[in-house]
Amino acid sequence: MIAVRLPTVLRPFAGGAERVEVEVDGSPTVASVFAALEAEHPALRRRLTDEQGAVRRHVNIYLGNDNIRDLSGLETKLTEGDELLVLPSVAGG
Amino acid sequence: MSEAVLLIGTKKGLWIGRSDAARKEWRLDGPVPELEMQGVYAVGIDTRGDSAHGARLFVGGTSEHWGPAVFHSDDLGATWAEPPEGSIGFPADADASLERVWQIQPAPAGQPGVVYAGTQPSALWKSTDGGVTFELVTGLWDHPHRKEWGAGFGGQAVHTVLPHPTDADRVSVAMSTGGVYQTTDGGQSWSPRNQGIQAKFFPDPYPEFGQCVHKLAAHPDVPDRMFAQNHHGVYRSDDAGAIWKSIADGLPSDFGFPIVVHPHEPETVYVFPLVADANRIPTEAQCRVYRSRDAGSTWEPLAAGLPDVSYAPVLRDAMTVDTADPAGVYVGTRDGCIYASADAGDSWTEVARHLPDVLTVRAAVVG
Repeated sequence: MIAVRLPTVLRPFAGGAERVEVEVDGSPTVASVFAALEAEHPALRRRLTDEQGAVRRHVNIYLGNDNIRDLSGLETKLTEGDELLVLPSVAGG
Repeated sequence: MSEAVLLIGTKKGLWIGRSDAARKEWRLDGPVPELEMQGVYAVGIDTRGDSAHGARLFVGGTSEHWGPAVFHSDDLGATWAEPPEGSIGFPADADASLERVWQIQPAPAGQPGVVYAGTQPSALWKSTDGGVTFELVTGLWDHPHRKEWGAGFGGQAVHTVLPHPTDADRVSVAMSTGGVYQTTDGGQSWSPRNQGIQAKFFPDPYPEFGQCVHKLAAHPDVPDRMFAQNHHGVYRSDDAGAIWKSIADGLPSDFGFPIVVHPHEPETVYVFPLVADANRIPTEAQCRVYRSRDAGSTWEPLAAGLPDVSYAPVLRDAMTVDTADPAGVYVGTRDGCIYASADAGDSWTEVARHLPDVLTVRAAVVG
């Protein structure tokens, strides 16, 4: 199980949940978590990545204190029980 | 009982004006929670269906954080929905992702369920399920000119879609930059239709394509007569876009963004002149809609009820008409004001002020 914690603004796209859990077989990565989100919460996944799979420019995803962009991006390896934190960056005018 | 609905898309969300069929007094709902903090560049009203409320509403919003999305409403904006899979998304082999929806245009009455959308990057989309989901029109996307279409300040987008009123195979689009393109075979092949339209920003000011056409309009009773507000230049074509001729004489400036045609008078057309490319404020710093009742031969400023001092431009999709009689005309400004006329522009009333920049408006009397 991998958990994804959501900011308030995204919770309506996950049935109101602050935290969603997804089951990912094998060696989980951020990309495979997104693929699992696509099945259960497609409207949430669309707000995190574009239709080609890239994380949206002003969306930050943290594993612990590390932005996944500073790790291996979508290929960042995860382990059972990890929690990803989604935070909007400062943007928007 | 009939009621009037006015969709107002702004840089920071959606508002909805409501009135009765007379359209004299308006009240304002909003901001709509689903569109909070979203740039609403496209709204649409589809009055063709058999919805209990007389219309399906559309809105295309873009969140700087969470990307673009298209919603529809079958209860005149009380609730909004999007399909689980999303409305618009580029296929994997297109190697592109949707940045913004600029236009949501229901097709004419003879094509039930068909709704078009224009987007950034420049692409045309067609829905056959009433605007819930859209498919990429690959004939335009695969056009050999596409790699040469440029991006203006607003981005590179198909911002106007003009379906022919009776021939489902004929559709015109306008893009900035790129100009006017037209299909006569249902979207398989597309030809540039820009002859006579100037592109002052190129060494050759009359290229085959690449013009920055800001808006395109036509009356359904006279579909081959088309009007264009260009990035400098106001034009009319009498042959479906084959050749364009200037109708800017009599206007204080040929720069501006919107152009719309009266719903019942094919010769009546409206523009909102700005000083110039290099000075995008209303001419003489006055909020004035200009109207021609002879297809562009002569123009008159419309002033009654509009501010005598204004520095706020009107963007390309922020002027519209309804189809009621007498015709309603609506203008939204970049300083967040909405002005409405229920007498084809003779007099105006302020519907709203102090909204965020108005990007798009659509209105209809429904029910």
